[in-house]
Parts: sequence; structure tokens; C-alpha cells
Amino acid sequence: MNEEIIIAGFGGQGVLSMGKILAYAGMTQEMEVSWMPSYGPEMRGGTANVTVILSDERISSPILNLFDTAILLNQQSMDKFESTVKPGGVLLYDPNGITRHPQRKDIRIFRVEAATESARMLSAKTFNMIVLGAYLKIKPLVSMDSVLKGLKDSLPERHHHLIPVNEEAVKRGMEIVKEL
Amino acid sequence: MEIRNPRIQEIISEENLVYKKTSLMTDKALSYCPGCGHGVVHRVIMEIIDEMGIQADTIGVAPVGCSVLAYEFMNIDMQQASHGRAPAVATGIKRCWPEKYVFTYQGDGDLAAIGTAETIHACNRGENIAIFFINNGIYGMTGGQMAPTTLVGMRSSTTPYGRDAALMGNPLKITELVAMLPGTYFVARHTVHTPLAVRKFKKAAKMAFENQKLNKGLSFIEIVSNCNSGWKMTPVQANKWMEENMLPFYPPGDIKMNGEIVKKAEKAE
Amino acid sequence: MGKMKLMKGNEAFAEAAIRAGCDAYFGYPITPQSEVMEYLAAQQPQLRTGMVLLQAESEVAAINMVYGAAGTGKRVMTSSSSPGISLKQEGISYLAGSQLPCLILNVMRGGPGLGTIQPSQSDYFQATKGGGHGDYRMIVLAPASVQEMSDFVKLGFELAFKYRNPVIMLSDGIIGQMMEKVELFEQVPRLTEFDQQWVTTGKTPDRERNVITSLDLDPARHERHNLKLQAKYQKMRENEVRFENIDCDDAEYLFVAYGSCARICQKSVKLARAKGIKVGLIRPVTLFPFPSEEIGRRAAKLKGILTVELSSGQMIEDVRLAVDGKVRVALHNRMGGMVPSPEEVVDALLKSFSIR
Repeated sequence: MNEEIIIAGFGGQGVLSMGKILAYAGMTQEMEVSWMPSYGPEMRGGTANVTVILSDERISSPILNLFDTAILLNQQSMDKFESTVKPGGVLLYDPNGITRHPQRKDIRIFRVEAATESARMLSAKTFNMIVLGAYLKIKPLVSMDSVLKGLKDSLPERHHHLIPVNEEAVKRGMEIVKEL
Repeated sequence: MEIRNPRIQEIISEENLVYKKTSLMTDKALSYCPGCGHGVVHRVIMEIIDEMGIQADTIGVAPVGCSVLAYEFMNIDMQQASHGRAPAVATGIKRCWPEKYVFTYQGDGDLAAIGTAETIHACNRGENIAIFFINNGIYGMTGGQMAPTTLVGMRSSTTPYGRDAALMGNPLKITELVAMLPGTYFVARHTVHTPLAVRKFKKAAKMAFENQKLNKGLSFIEIVSNCNSGWKMTPVQANKWMEENMLPFYPPGDIKMNGEIVKKAEKAE
Repeated sequence: MGKMKLMKGNEAFAEAAIRAGCDAYFGYPITPQSEVMEYLAAQQPQLRTGMVLLQAESEVAAINMVYGAAGTGKRVMTSSSSPGISLKQEGISYLAGSQLPCLILNVMRGGPGLGTIQPSQSDYFQATKGGGHGDYRMIVLAPASVQEMSDFVKLGFELAFKYRNPVIMLSDGIIGQMMEKVELFEQVPRLTEFDQQWVTTGKTPDRERNVITSLDLDPARHERHNLKLQAKYQKMRENEVRFENIDCDDAEYLFVAYGSCARICQKSVKLARAKGIKVGLIRPVTLFPFPSEEIGRRAAKLKGILTVELSSGQMIEDVRLAVDGKVRVALHNRMGGMVPSPEEVVDALLKSFSIR
């Protein structure tokens, strides 16, 4: 198993922390993992992206330009990364705010209405967990237990009371994701 | 060498001893110009370390400038710092060895030009060290160029027609400046050109070492001194010129005592 | 196997510093390595081990604080990124000239000037050929993983004290910013007793005074000092060469790359071998001393070497010296914060040596 993922969106959408939780969850299952963020001023309000690799083997390059899965959460990311999905790969996106939807025919495309759903759940902070749930429905590489463990490891103690809400969000994401 | 002249033998006999060089000054001949104040300041600092019995706990930091070779004359552990960085070097030492006595010995170019940032910040952090600052208004070692403390109108090899404040800026009273910082505990200005002045300086210098035990901040002593070579004067002329020109602009006295700025009225006493 | 942690390279370096029994860290913030001091501050090392942590007023002050503390025999370190490392060069020259041990981390970003905050490897010359003024060398360790960002702290201190010389870890924005699994080593106690023969901790009656200086105005004596330094650097060349070989045994072509580029090339090796091209990778772990012998030894049996760097081509000069004309050495490089993809590197190999 070797899964190469790019997650991209606006700074503040929880892109980097979603990647982190995924990496933590992978580590819990004794996978090799890497998490390589874009960094610097572009993160502050601009676009943010992170490359996460989950693998059974020692990870070579943490920097990639082709991915098994792209999780794209704004238009700029769609424009930049749609073409980087390997043929037969997965593109997961939230249509909220997207004006130009993905065009490719050689990949599997999934939609998750995470922004709308997080508004419904009255918790904008669950947005990235809904997306994560959608991803895990498509590629169940890590278990819910590992995700919860990942949340525990990556969240400071004072935020641990939010874990049940996040668990709920992951489950919602699994339910509402749709293949196009 | 055996001395046979009975008259000289008597003079140098133990019971007639009136002054003895401290063993904390090495036997190496000073490299300073005759009449220069560096030798006196060196000797006074070493006497204090000797009298306080703290040689085994003292580390000095030498600058770049005329006193770059201070470690040749001071019989204590020393580090030579790059130009202007002595307060940073001293900070590194003191932070690792808070129970030791640490001092820097710096000239005006080193402390108040290239090392201004390190000086201000060590003072502002209140490092528990002593800074001895020799101000002779000139770069001595490199051949008499303008220093940050060169007086307006004063000649140097880079201000051959006198320092013009409009072109070259004003002399920097960095001692008054650091006194304003909360991190300094004791700030004073002295001279060493008369026996009385040396005695006063010695008292202040001793306080600078004793203050380190209190952990209340930095002690900063400026010593206004001459540079007869750089000023192109005889030693006597240079001291007179210093009294008439340097001291009105850089007046000796305590500027900050026990962490409080000394009021003008108290100074007059 | 101990407990695995997921950490950024910069954080692993900082944690390793505390665990290696480091006595003091002096630093100044600069992207992309600011996490080092932030992590240390959050850990309160003064409480954990008694380690001193101080944010200096500049990189210049920080390296001179290192100089002062190192002169007293302490295990001290600083970290910065390219522009800040330039500012430290004078201090590093003084440390080398005065033969003081210390550990310096450079998380390289692109230059020249203020350049970019994105990763680069354009400080290779600066780190391996001297950097500051005067004839001196530092041992240069090039971590290629978060694990090595931790392990090389311990190794770096050992080498620094073995040779009484600054050791620099030449990392970059990728290795500093990425998170990977890391197995941290056990806490090493801070040294309370150490070789006091040369340190400035106060002159005791049983010894002569110690002086830390790089100055000697007597040319004959100063030449002897320089010869002594050179002999020390020669010892490093003889004893401290470190490298990693990947798939080299049957290789017809070689990649030579260090740090993040070596990681990218590992993937390129897999991709190229899948196409039937026999390629291997030599990853220099020490950049000074450089694994010249290993590269030279293999050169005659090869059809070509591709050096891959995030610079205009700096390490390639050492590779060419090592192969001494025995095989053609080509370059694939990116600059200014751009990073090559593994596929791009394979294409460059095919083009450079007309492989079909």
C-alpha cells in the first residue's frame, strides 16, 4: 500500500490539521507516514496545501507532483491540482464556492457538501473532519479508532472535549459523500 | 641581577615597600603608548579581583581595539571577542555560569559604534556583568580615525578638518543612554588621569564586581581617557586637553546608583 | 524500538537538543526554522534539564553568545536559515580559529539576498568551503529525514567535541517543515564534569590562565596554528566520511544528491528501475568531509552521474573532482525555492545521457 495525497484549500479551513490527523492515524496503524506542508505567508489567508503519504514501505520523496488522491477545497486548488491526479485516481471536492467543476474523465470524482453540512451542524470547525470522513469512506485506509487516536495525539488537552463532535463529523462525511 | 649598590639595596628592601604590582598583572610589558590610560585601568581592575580573591571565578572579555591584547596583561581567564560583540560573548558566558564574575573591557569604537546593538541589548536585558568602557574619542589602534564619541570640531585622521556634526553626526553619549534602560543597575563615568581620580574609579570598579552578587543588573563604567598618540599631543598636554574639552561634554560622576538615576542636585555635592 | 513520535524536522532537532544534554541555545527567529526556538520555549528546557534558552537581538549576537558559552566548555548551539547564517559567518570563523566546539543548524532557503523562504541548497559552498574569512573547515552533516534531524544533534555534538570544532547541520525548508515518524533517543545528562584544560571558567592556582582567542600577531606562530588546524581537517577527511548507497551495486548510472534531493532521488531510482534503467543513488551524509573516494571508486564502471541539487550546481564541483574525468557528470537543478519532482529527475537522467 502506498497512498499519496494532496489536500489543498484556504488557510483556516483546517487543511494542514486534517493532514496531520490522517498522518497520526496512519502512524497508529504502524504505517510509514510523511506530512509536507506549504509554508510561509501564503498560508495566512491565502491557499494552503499539504502532501500526506501513507505507505507500508520507507517513504522516499515527500515532495510529489502526481497524486493518488487530491482533496480540493477551493477554486484555486482545483485549478492547480486537478491535473495532478494519477489516471484512475481520486478527486474529492466540496462544490461550495466552486465555479469550474472538475472536467477529467479518467479519474473518479467525489463530492462532499462539507461547508453546508458543517453549517447545519452549527460548527464550522467540523468542516475538515467531514471532508476526512468522506475521504475515509472512499479509501478506508485507516480506522475510526486510529482517527480518534490521531485526534487525541494532535489536539492539545484543552480541546479534547471536542473529540465527540469531530467523531460525529467524520461519520457525517462518510454518509454524505457522493460519487459523480 | 644582583644589586650591589647599598643605597639601591636599601630602597628596594622589603620594609620600604610602598607599592607592589598585583600578581594578577602579568610581567609582560604593556603594549600601550606611554601616557595612555589603559595600563592604569587594567591594573585597577586586576587589583580589585586580587583583593576580592575572585581570580578563580572571573572571566574577562577583551575587545577589538588597542586593548585587544588585554589577555596578555591580565592574569585571568579571558576570551577575545570579535569587534563590538563583547557584551554578547559575556552574555553567553554568564548565562552558563551565573555564579561567576564576568566583565567586558571595550573601547569607544567597539562599544558605541559597531557594537551598539549588543551593548544596548545586554544592558536592557540586565545581564549581571560589568562593562568597562574606555572613551578616548578616537580609534587608537587603526591610527586615529573618528570614533562615535569624537567631539564636534575634534580632528582625527578621517576628520582632518574637525568633526562636522552636520556631515558626521554628533558624539554619542552612550553612557547616559544605557542609564535610561531598566536593566542597568549602576552607571558611572570616571577618569584615571590623577591619583584622586584613580582612587574614585577603583571604588566604582569594585562596586561593579560586588553588584554581580546581587543579581540586580548590569554595571557600566565609562572611563574618559586620553590618546596622546591619536590626538598628536604629549601625555601632559593630552590630559590637559581632556580636562578642558572632553570632561565638559562627558562629565565624570555617578549617573545611576542602585538602579535609580542620580539627580543633578545630588551630583553637585 | 522506542516510542515513535510524529514531528516536524525543526521540532525533532529542538527536542534532540534538550535530550542531547545541550547546555545553551542562542537564536533569532527566521523562516523556515522558527519552530526550533518556539518548540524549545514551549518545553521550558530550563526546567527540564537546566538548559539555557535565550532569544538574542540578532544572529550576530546569537553566534557570539555561542562563542562565549563554548569557550567555557559547554555544549552550545544555534540555528538559523540562509540570510541569518550569512550574518553568523564572522562568529563561525572566530569559533573555528579559536577551536571551539558548537553545533549550528542551517535550514536553507533560497537566495541570494533575502531570496525566498522556500527550500534551497544554495549554501553548499558557504558551509563546506569555509563561509567566513580565513582557512577553516567545519564538519557538515546533511540530514535527509526528520529522524536524522534528531540523530545528528547527538552525533554533531560528539564530533564537535572530538575535534574542538564547529559542526554544521545543513538542512533545508523541506526537511525542517515536514513531519515524519521519529524515534527519539534517551535523555543524555548534561555534563557537569568535563575537560577543563582549555576552558575559561576562572584561573585556578593549579594552572596557567586560559585564553580563548583567534589572534596571533606573530606570523611564524600563526602559521604553525594554521598548520595545526589543517592537520585536524585532514584527520576529519580520514575518519569522518559518511554516506549512504542505495541500489548502487549493479548501477550503470548514479544519482548523487544530499538532503531533501536525496529523498526525491530515492523515488526517481524506483521509477527509473521500473523502466529498466540500472540507476543507484549515493547520498553524501557528510558534505565535508566529502565521500570523494566512494564516488571516485565507482566512477570508472559507470556510464554517467547525475548530480541533483537545489542550487546552480555547487556540490557537482566536488563530484567532478572525485571522478577526476573518469565519467561524465551532469547536473539537474532547480533554484529559487522550486523543487524537482521524481519524474522530472528521471527525465533529466534520460536526456543527459541519451538513454532510450
